[in-house]
Amino acid sequence: MDINQFIENFTEQFDELEAEVLKPETKFKELDEWSSLVALSVIAMVDEEYDVTIKGDDIRNSDTVEDLFQIVKSRA
Amino acid sequence: MAYLSIQNVAIRGIAACVPPAIDENLTAPVFIEGEAERVIAQTGIERKHVLTDDILVSDLYQRAAEELIERLGWEKDSIDALCVVSLSPDYLEPPTACIMQDRLGLPESCLTLDMNQGCPGWVNGLATLSSLLSNGSILRGILLNGDASTLLSSSQDKECRPLFGDAGIATAIEYVAGAPEMQFEFGTRGKDFKAIWREAGGLRAPITEESLQMKTYGEHVVRRDIDCVMDGMSVFAFGISVAPKSVKSLCEHFSIDLEKTDKFLMHQANQYMNSKIRKKLKVPEEKAPMCLKDYGNTSSASIPLTMVTQCHEEYEERRLDNVACAFGVGLAWGSVHFVTDHIVCPEVIIY
Repeated sequence: MDINQFIENFTEQFDELEAEVLKPETKFKELDEWSSLVALSVIAMVDEEYDVTIKGDDIRNSDTVEDLFQIVKSRA
Repeated sequence: MAYLSIQNVAIRGIAACVPPAIDENLTAPVFIEGEAERVIAQTGIERKHVLTDDILVSDLYQRAAEELIERLGWEKDSIDALCVVSLSPDYLEPPTACIMQDRLGLPESCLTLDMNQGCPGWVNGLATLSSLLSNGSILRGILLNGDASTLLSSSQDKECRPLFGDAGIATAIEYVAGAPEMQFEFGTRGKDFKAIWREAGGLRAPITEESLQMKTYGEHVVRRDIDCVMDGMSVFAFGISVAPKSVKSLCEHFSIDLEKTDKFLMHQANQYMNSKIRKKLKVPEEKAPMCLKDYGNTSSASIPLTMVTQCHEEYEERRLDNVACAFGVGLAWGSVHFVTDHIVCPEVIIY
């Protein structure tokens, strides 16, 4: 699994987020654009693109994009 | 694998009853400025019929069942089985079905059965009651289901209040030699039971003074330990993953061509989740009726309530080939393929 591709997929779940904003170390829940709807979109994206189910706790326990990437990678 | 096929049993009618009071999401006092509009857009839920203190969900069952039995022209003495599927019993003891046997004037020779099930309950109940009928001794059964979800969750909890509505359903089932087979697929993921649950009130965590106190978990997330808690993200992840898989398994196992069925009936969870599920299965929108907008998520009532509120005339006038999928509390799920042939399906009853 490629983290750059993951970041691209992650970025697409926001309504309007510039391509360069998200980095592996970005604390995504601190972004102004983050919302419960984006969270659901990310869960759906991970389900569709990686066939991995992430739960509410996985989002809650992840601070950075890389944290979530590692969770998805470990289950892919 | 929990596949099940049931011969010689047909659904003869479905009636639904909702309480008269309506809770509008746009003005629900749990949102900050602009939040209500966003929640409505995402959930597809504009309003819900909600129980008030003077009506129980069993009152909704009664009204629905009386209408259904009358419309069917069934002699009450001909009803041999009554099953209630609910998380909202009148009393913790006895089973609600026993009380309903008397309230509906059913004979003492009637088998009664309660099933403690939430969202997947109509499918589970249909399988259970139909199985009992399929050997041909018990000829007629009534399935009652639905919940008082709005009374079991906190009105100050913005994670629950916009979603839940209340409804009671009666479904009439009959032994009919040669009826088209009903086909089911079931599953359970008990390890995630805390995704939707009420912690206090059972024997593991009895009601105490503390469990009756309102606690604040965030802005407009205020509830008691006896109230329903939902981890929306986990339920969403579960639904979009499990529901399409369940329907696909059902169709593969029983060689069902989903494209050739007339109706695809989903548990009404929320618009965003339901459209993900529908798109994954490539079902066109017009084949998947929805009743979320005016009724919200009505737990196990949602599939039959969708049939009644969105297509009751079609169900009365036509033979329809249906696939339904329910998922949620448990966590658990069930899918069913069934045929309805000119059933009794009156317009939704407002209590």
